[in-house]
Amino acid sequence: MFRRYQPKDNVQKKAYYTDRFLVVPEVPKNPVEDAVSLAHIDAVAKGVTVQESYMQRDNVVIIVDSKEAKKALELLKAEGYKVLTEMSAVDWLAKKGGFEVFYQLLNITAAKRIRVKCFIKENEAIESVESLFRSADWAEREMYDMFGIIANNHPHLKRILLPDDWHDYPLRKTYPLHGDEAANWYEVDLIYGKEYRDVIGPEQRDAAFVDENDTKNFARIGHEVGYGEQPTRDLTPIQYQEEGGTILVKKMKPEETKIRADRSWNKHLEGKE
Amino acid sequence: MQQPNRLSPFYENLAFEREDDRMIINFGPNHPSAHGLLNLILEMSGEEIVKAYPNVGFLHRGMEKMAENMIYNEFLPTTDRMDYVAASANNYGFALAVEKLVGLEVPRRAKVIRMLLLELNRLASHLFWLATHALDIGAMSVFLYAFREREYILDLIEDYCGARLTHSSVRIGGVPLDVTPEWRKATAQFMAHLPKEIEMYEGLLDTNRIWRMRLENVGRLDPDMAQSWGCSGIMLRGSNIKWDIRKEEPYELYDEVDFDIPTSDMCDSYGRYKLYMEEMRQSIRIINQVLDKYEGTEPELMAHAPQYVSAPKEQIMTQNYSLMQHFVLVTQGMRAPVGDIYVGTESPKGELGYYIYSDGEAYPYRLKIRAPSFFHTGLLQDWLPGSYLADVVTMIGSSNTVFGEVDR
Amino acid sequence: MAQHEVNYLQKGGLPIMLTTVDKLVNWGRSNSLWFFTFGLACCAIEMMASGAGRFDFDRYGIIFRASPRQSEVMVISGTVTKKYAPFIRRLYDQMAEPKWVISMGSCANTGGMFNTYSTVQGVDRIIPVDIYLPGCAPRPETLQYAALMLQRKIRSESMNRKISTKRFI
Repeated sequence: MFRRYQPKDNVQKKAYYTDRFLVVPEVPKNPVEDAVSLAHIDAVAKGVTVQESYMQRDNVVIIVDSKEAKKALELLKAEGYKVLTEMSAVDWLAKKGGFEVFYQLLNITAAKRIRVKCFIKENEAIESVESLFRSADWAEREMYDMFGIIANNHPHLKRILLPDDWHDYPLRKTYPLHGDEAANWYEVDLIYGKEYRDVIGPEQRDAAFVDENDTKNFARIGHEVGYGEQPTRDLTPIQYQEEGGTILVKKMKPEETKIRADRSWNKHLEGKE
Repeated sequence: MQQPNRLSPFYENLAFEREDDRMIINFGPNHPSAHGLLNLILEMSGEEIVKAYPNVGFLHRGMEKMAENMIYNEFLPTTDRMDYVAASANNYGFALAVEKLVGLEVPRRAKVIRMLLLELNRLASHLFWLATHALDIGAMSVFLYAFREREYILDLIEDYCGARLTHSSVRIGGVPLDVTPEWRKATAQFMAHLPKEIEMYEGLLDTNRIWRMRLENVGRLDPDMAQSWGCSGIMLRGSNIKWDIRKEEPYELYDEVDFDIPTSDMCDSYGRYKLYMEEMRQSIRIINQVLDKYEGTEPELMAHAPQYVSAPKEQIMTQNYSLMQHFVLVTQGMRAPVGDIYVGTESPKGELGYYIYSDGEAYPYRLKIRAPSFFHTGLLQDWLPGSYLADVVTMIGSSNTVFGEVDR
Repeated sequence: MAQHEVNYLQKGGLPIMLTTVDKLVNWGRSNSLWFFTFGLACCAIEMMASGAGRFDFDRYGIIFRASPRQSEVMVISGTVTKKYAPFIRRLYDQMAEPKWVISMGSCANTGGMFNTYSTVQGVDRIIPVDIYLPGCAPRPETLQYAALMLQRKIRSESMNRKISTKRFI
């Protein structure tokens, strides 16, 4: 009668069954005990408001407001966190109405890492940290490419991993894994034009697609014949060249091959000369 | 054209000469330098490069989105295809991140086997780097010699897990298979043979006039630019910054083995080449030590955590509850605790990091892969201007980028 | 699957009878196939390994050339993404007749394990393919066997050929 309602705010696959009473534990958030990291966090707290700071399985995390994220990174860079290892976003549009942006920093002299997290609303933009760390140049471009989060004052905010005229932002939860219509026909439209869509046909995206000839073909392994010919019960020998061979080319027969003993370091093949 | 299509000749995209006497050329994305699909748009004044813009994304396969639709174990073979030269290193990074998030304790024998696989992959990756770098510069025979040694390593790995290139040999919770005494003997014999080969490569290349002229003072990377661009691995160590995650944040048994971290203060491609040779020797040293650690370990290969990891195959085939638990873990997937974690490991290319954000579902909510080659390719933007066109090939090769990683 | 039928000389319907000239031309063509190095991803490493010392390619007369104008066989080894699809078509068009295509690996055959938004589900949506190689990554011996099968296929063709996509099984 009615098809089941599929919520459109998260079209990713879900486990087919979740136990009703399942409660998944949380990774414990412990207060930061390490003296060196604490000193760094205190130095940051002098300039920005650190909303939360904790340690989860030896990852030190601080949460700041998104407007102060660049200032926090500047203060951390002054403390010695000179390498921005990674930055990206997590899509919480459905549940919280925004994105959670994280920066992962590394201090080589003190051998410490820290993660700075902040939350931005859906149509907000974030301040680019490219002037502090050059690696943010590409990391923010990737973030824009995948999520659509704009970084203000970025020198060259352009799509990096996808073609320039791609439609929509793939890593959002509303984007299906197989892509929307523009994605499915992208290469056909670009190379041949829209008219060729029915010539080439839609993509075959069904992972469980079974061709009715598959069992028949797999039963024929070892008894292969040409396309359209009658099946045979004889074993087709592996032949590298056709029956008569060709002139001036040595005919290779699979029966005449041998395994050299010094071919590999697997010495238990020795003696099979 | 045989089949009419909409692609028009590309001339309108290239401006051959403008008033300021500069030329814009397209380097790639299909070019014989064996590093993958890199489209470098170079603005050149004569032979010297004034501006460089690397255009990547030709191998973007959407792995991070795939991870949001697959259970953790199902995603593991996909990580193989990122840095496809040393596949087990990617598997291991992902497995370590999940294990840390969940809090699994890997048994000692699995740690030993994992270290063996990791260091063998490091050797394979460095040999591949040497082969392709030498091929680009012109030393074609080194390509054939290095591939010969690499074939021996691939034989060993194939003997272990069945696949030459895309291993999936490291699983979440341990390793699936054990190593036989013959395999260990073969590895030990190969480790005895390899130093002579490395000496041969050095003898061919070290004092070779052409090699030195093409590599010395080419690609000077000063430490500030390297740190600002998030470089890691040999790019940092070649600029005199001593940072190796295996020593600083040791995982597995790296704190129990004895090895050095070579650094070079030459900051140019020749220094990095020497570092790769030295790292190969250190890897041989590590493997020799780890092979001795195998004796006396308990024959357990996977962590014992029934909620997250399946039982060994013998138990699954005979015990009822193990079979049921295995079924549930495979069809529904293990549920990692709610939280996020970032773990960086020292892959042969640099720091390979995985950021996993789990919200308690069977599929990770967000998986971000921090690929070292991504930033090394971005570095080309600032690094290439000032050098000549012939040096572009040297610098791309010296930074050891693999495009499966850059684009994921 | 894509239907790419290209009639070169509009001579469909003639029975294939190989004359001596045909045999000579095919002998020459099959024994000196020059491959176009089209390594995209992991399969490219296996292609390089099959051209290296252990699984030599030179003994069949196969040399890897970097330019499409000088090569005859295009081996698509690796994942074809939608960003790269127009380049493949352009390079295929730049190759001179006669030309053949080997699609190496699962990603080139059907998109492989990457059932995602940015992967072309099979390179035969863009160009006509002669030989499909299964595997992920296929062993170097598989690629060599495919090269030999391609040689057999060439030797059984007439000189005035039209491209058609066929599967052996």
